[in-house]
Amino acid sequence: MAKYHITAEINGDEVEYLCEPEQTLLDVLRDELNFTGTKEGCGSGDCGACTVMMNGRHVCSCLVMGVEANGAKIETVEGLADGEQLHPLQEKFIEHAALQCGICTPGILVASKALLERNPDPTETEVRYWLAGNLCRCTGYDKIIRAVLDAASEMRGN
Amino acid sequence: MRYEAPESLDAAVALLNEESGTARVLAGGTDLIVQMRAQMVEPDLVVDIKKIDELRSISQVDGGWHVGAAVTGAEMNEHAAFKAAWPGVCEGTDLIGSTQIQSRATIGGNLCNASPAADSVPAMIAAGVVLTIAGPGGSRELPVEELNVSPGKTTLEKGEIVVSFAFPARGAVASDAYLRLTPRTEMDIAVVGVGVSLELDGDGTCTSARVGLGAVAVKALLVEEAAKALIGTKVDEAAVGAMAAATSAAAKPIDDKRGTKEYRIKIAGVLAKRAAGIALERARQN
Ligand SMILES: Cc1cc2nc3c(=O)[nH]c(=O)nc-3n(C[C@H](O)[C@H](O)[C@H](O)COP(=O)(O)OP(=O)(O)OC[C@H]3O[C@@H](n4cnc5c(N)ncnc54)[C@H](O)[C@@H]3O)c2cc1C
Ligand code: FES
Ligand code: FES
Repeated sequence: MAKYHITAEINGDEVEYLCEPEQTLLDVLRDELNFTGTKEGCGSGDCGACTVMMNGRHVCSCLVMGVEANGAKIETVEGLADGEQLHPLQEKFIEHAALQCGICTPGILVASKALLERNPDPTETEVRYWLAGNLCRCTGYDKIIRAVLDAASEMRGN
Repeated sequence: MRYEAPESLDAAVALLNEESGTARVLAGGTDLIVQMRAQMVEPDLVVDIKKIDELRSISQVDGGWHVGAAVTGAEMNEHAAFKAAWPGVCEGTDLIGSTQIQSRATIGGNLCNASPAADSVPAMIAAGVVLTIAGPGGSRELPVEELNVSPGKTTLEKGEIVVSFAFPARGAVASDAYLRLTPRTEMDIAVVGVGVSLELDGDGTCTSARVGLGAVAVKALLVEEAAKALIGTKVDEAAVGAMAAATSAAAKPIDDKRGTKEYRIKIAGVLAKRAAGIALERARQN
């Protein structure tokens, strides 16, 4: 099987990889490039655990072909923190205990960051609708929503 | 499997046309990649159309609008002027999946996947959209309601690609609306979906109307009898009642776990009535 030679920017670094057309971006990130922060829940676009940023938009990486990332800008949960300094969303998730097993967390962090970039002051309803494609089987969502709202408030300088 | 991402429409058509095995267009992949992973389709060639500029733009043409087939739900709903002109169509596309799915799902993919429950399609039918289709023999136009045949089956010939959706110019007092019924408010498949588009003259008489109906037949339908019940009236209760009855009469649903036949027929009329009310309200505010 012929492999494709792909060049993409991942978390600010230029990365090259070889990929088969059958591999998804999620497969490439986890199995070829060792970005295992991004999780696989369903593999069918339903759970959002695999959410990454691609060219400024949050997408399910399980529904992107690895070859499609050629020339693209990808951001994963590994790119959220600035060195040792956690992103405000990450800090608030810890503070509010907004995770239990943590499988859903990377996807929710990336999706929440995408929301706050577009809408720094969302209502609770807006957060709930925005994250409707991120399933969590542990927390019951309430703590997640509180953490996102609190992070938004902190990022606005309150 | 081969993957190609040509930058011109001609190149994409040629690739699809010259493939002797199974070829598939890839737009946002939110249907196709799911189907490939489930081995429901095993293409020899995938042609990614997202690098073709003319498929990606929204533009105003002669008072109407042209929307490229690879425009995503998110892009359409972020386009303020288009959204003001066709709020019902934007409601349909906005209902597709989660915000993640919205980042990728295109209007061309929603149509060409040929699901009878596709959310943008009844609204596109109500809007009177005409498709431009490119193929090896040149290009042709087709009313949107004529593209699909049955679940998963379109009338597209080998090598053909849907290029754009043309929305007609319309008068000042006009609008549209789309409503669907789903057991959940997000991330669910329509049990019934209805799009209504209407136009009024200066004294509030309906001069044109179209009704699109989804998820209650082998494909989304244009319900001409429902539109006739509105045209020439002041869109009063009697007219809307007749329109709702005509919509229910056109529904040919199946029983399944999401709704019985009787329920779906009844709901088709209820949604038609509500969608007409919303479209009317919007038109009067324009
Ligand atoms: C979690 C999830 C939730 C969803 N929820 C909804 C929902 O609520 N409502 C709804 O309607 N749909 C829903 N869908 C289905 C899907 O997202 C939509 O149908 C979407 O619009 C498909 O667009 P796409 O660009 O991703 O299509 P693709 O998957 O790229 O393509 C779909 C099909 O159309 C063909 N095609 C695409 N573009 C063209 C073109 N321009 N010319 C010719 N053929 C073309 C492809 O070859 C393929 O056969 C959901 C999907 C997922 C995974
Ligand atoms: S793993 Fe991609 S959405 Fe569930
Ligand atoms: S913390 Fe376990 S799925 Fe969300």
